[in-house]
Amino acid sequence: MLRLEKLTKTYRTGDKALKAVDLEVPKGQVMALIGPSGAGKSTLIRCINRLVEPTSGKVWLGDVELTGLGTSALRRERRRMGMIFQEYALVERLTVMENVLSGRLGYVGFWRSLTRRYPQSDVDEAFRLLDRVGLVEMADKRADELSGGQRQRVGICRALIQNPALLLVDEPTASLDPKTSRQIMRLICELCAERGLAAIINIHDVALAQMFVSRVIGLRFGAVEFDGPPEALTPEVLTTIYGEEDWQATIRKVDEDEEVQP
Amino acid sequence: MPIATSPSGQKVWQRRTRNQSMIRWAAWLVGTAIFLWCWGQISEATTWFFVWDAPAIAGDILERATPPRWSYMEKLWWPIWDTLNIATLGTIGALFLAVPVAFLAARNTTPSARFVRPIALLIIVATRSINSLIWALLLIAIIGPGVFAGVIAIAIRSIGFCAKLLYEAIEEIDRTQVEAVTATGASPLQVMAYGIVPQILPAFAGIAVFRWDINIRESTVLGLVGAGGIGLQLQASLNVLAWPQVSLILLVILFAVVVSEWVSAKVRGAII
Amino acid sequence: MSAALDARLGQPWRKPPLIKRAWLRWSLAVGAVIYLALAIASIEVNWSRVWEGLDRGAAFIMSFARPDFVSRWGDIWDGMLESVIMTVAASVVGILISIPIGLGAARNIAPLPVYVICRGIVAISRALQEVIVAILLVAIFGFGPLAGFLTLSFATIGFLSKLLAEDIESMDRVQAEAIRATGSSWMQWINYGVQPQVMPRLIGLSMYRLDINFRESAILGLVGAGGIGATLNTAFDRYEFDTAAAILLIIIGTVMALEYLSGIIRAKVQ
Repeated sequence: MLRLEKLTKTYRTGDKALKAVDLEVPKGQVMALIGPSGAGKSTLIRCINRLVEPTSGKVWLGDVELTGLGTSALRRERRRMGMIFQEYALVERLTVMENVLSGRLGYVGFWRSLTRRYPQSDVDEAFRLLDRVGLVEMADKRADELSGGQRQRVGICRALIQNPALLLVDEPTASLDPKTSRQIMRLICELCAERGLAAIINIHDVALAQMFVSRVIGLRFGAVEFDGPPEALTPEVLTTIYGEEDWQATIRKVDEDEEVQP
Repeated sequence: MPIATSPSGQKVWQRRTRNQSMIRWAAWLVGTAIFLWCWGQISEATTWFFVWDAPAIAGDILERATPPRWSYMEKLWWPIWDTLNIATLGTIGALFLAVPVAFLAARNTTPSARFVRPIALLIIVATRSINSLIWALLLIAIIGPGVFAGVIAIAIRSIGFCAKLLYEAIEEIDRTQVEAVTATGASPLQVMAYGIVPQILPAFAGIAVFRWDINIRESTVLGLVGAGGIGLQLQASLNVLAWPQVSLILLVILFAVVVSEWVSAKVRGAII
Repeated sequence: MSAALDARLGQPWRKPPLIKRAWLRWSLAVGAVIYLALAIASIEVNWSRVWEGLDRGAAFIMSFARPDFVSRWGDIWDGMLESVIMTVAASVVGILISIPIGLGAARNIAPLPVYVICRGIVAISRALQEVIVAILLVAIFGFGPLAGFLTLSFATIGFLSKLLAEDIESMDRVQAEAIRATGSSWMQWINYGVQPQVMPRLIGLSMYRLDINFRESAILGLVGAGGIGATLNTAFDRYEFDTAAAILLIIIGTVMALEYLSGIIRAKVQ
């Protein structure tokens, strides 16, 4: 469904953030992307929907190659890729409902969006999504009145109302407490399962990733170091990705955890 | 290296090294010399005989100016209305022009940092550097005296001020919110309307009210050069040395300034 | 499916209005429209005069392409020099006076009577437009740069004292308390506990005020208080747009240079 061919990004400073990454994500697969800070996780995700322009290589979304698209064709394709952000990235001075509806911006015209006259079907869908994440009562609150976990739920709704085929998730739990982190990860994975979405989840917390995903990619210095199921993440593998450290505690935590979901 | 060694071999703490303190003393000396020279020039151009006489003159004027001629008030209502309009319409006009200039000048929204941005910055500096009275003089020479020239003068003067504050606000916005809107497949105009505008709206409202307050002050004196408003009456009264009228006009201006400052503080408090 | 969702589905959605009370919202909107209509209607525009003036406007804009620095160079030089002299002298005096007044106008370090007096001075200075002060001072002291110098000094005091006082009021109390705890005298306390905290901003504001003073000095000449304004006024009166353009260019250039300089100094002290 998503295929990266020799995707490379070299920043103007000369930093090689991505070195010819090859990757294929089949339909409906939820995949975690792990690796140390600066490994290029964020860059990889942003190169897929071209928030960061890749230097070379190709990105295939279904049958469409994204890196060669013009701006309006790129906008059409971006609608098929929902994105969820680290610090929620809600437009804080807009209401929850406006934030959710902003996921439809690629579908409605400028004047409609400016006057907030969205089609009834979009409004209904927004309320259904807000209900699904338990925030329907908050619809007319301003986004900056919400707690962290609530904001991230709104961010998820905004991504899902795009009716995407793929979710790009950038550190969804980085600014949340452990309990909320799990709830958010579980919500994302459940929604992906319900809707048959593929997802690339860029995440720091290895234990959390192992708990929820079916495949893990380890990135180091812009190159894929590991690609396999979460069970295959041994201390040796983590050492190759992150460097020398005592990894037993990190991994064991998962085995003892009662909250592990199938 | 503020620790030095004294001749007897003891360590002595000083705030600055010898060279640093020499440079500081030299700078102070040069500064003082420049100031004294400036003062000398002013003093040379001054007729000190008049200055020694100043307290007497001031007392004389004060005596003639009190009490203010309250009955003159009926001739002031219309100029006050004009003054208010010059400030308000001028501010509105300036905001319309300042918004596009600000977007062209902000590093993160300008279409071209090399060609468009310098032009926008030049517009900002040029309109800001020149006082509204000078703009009024110029406009009167071009389109003739009257309120219209005053409105335009205030508008032009305010462009640079508003655009500067606004483009600084645009440069300080949260990038990720803009990124999130872009990622939905929004068009550039939609990104502006959803990602940027909500973030700068409070700053915009604050700037508008702040400038309106300043413009009330400035529009009170535009009449001195013939650009309408209460300054016209002030000029006319000064020309015939009608001090009771002058004092009344000054009281009205003071009152207007206080009221406008109060209004703008209230509105800003409500926004933020 | 929850009841809250049921109530919402199929219903149109509108952004909640900024002002909740409908009557207030509508009366504000209608009031604003009526005011604008009246205000615009009350401006008399002599369009034929404007039309005639457009030629002169174009001539003026063109004259920026070939400003005439030469034919009135003597007047321009004298005026600019006088403006600069007034600016420098007034800034120095204004800054020196505004420091004690600023200290006195800060509620957290000044006793109440001093505070009231200093705030009063600040309020008077800020309420009076520079040009109006200049008119009064010219009437009292006669024509010339002395009136301009006094005007600018007076305006500087209002501007700088207010901002300095606000800065002192919002400073970090703990640092100042720590110095006071050492048993310092009032002067030592100001010197060690307050001054380091407000000094960078005071220098920045002083540079900014220098810049404003120069710009203001350009108009004081219009009312006879010295500086380049008189030369400029004469140029406009005689429709000598190329000389006027030259003066305006010099003013813009000086302001830009001052801003650049103050940017460097501010970056250095912070």
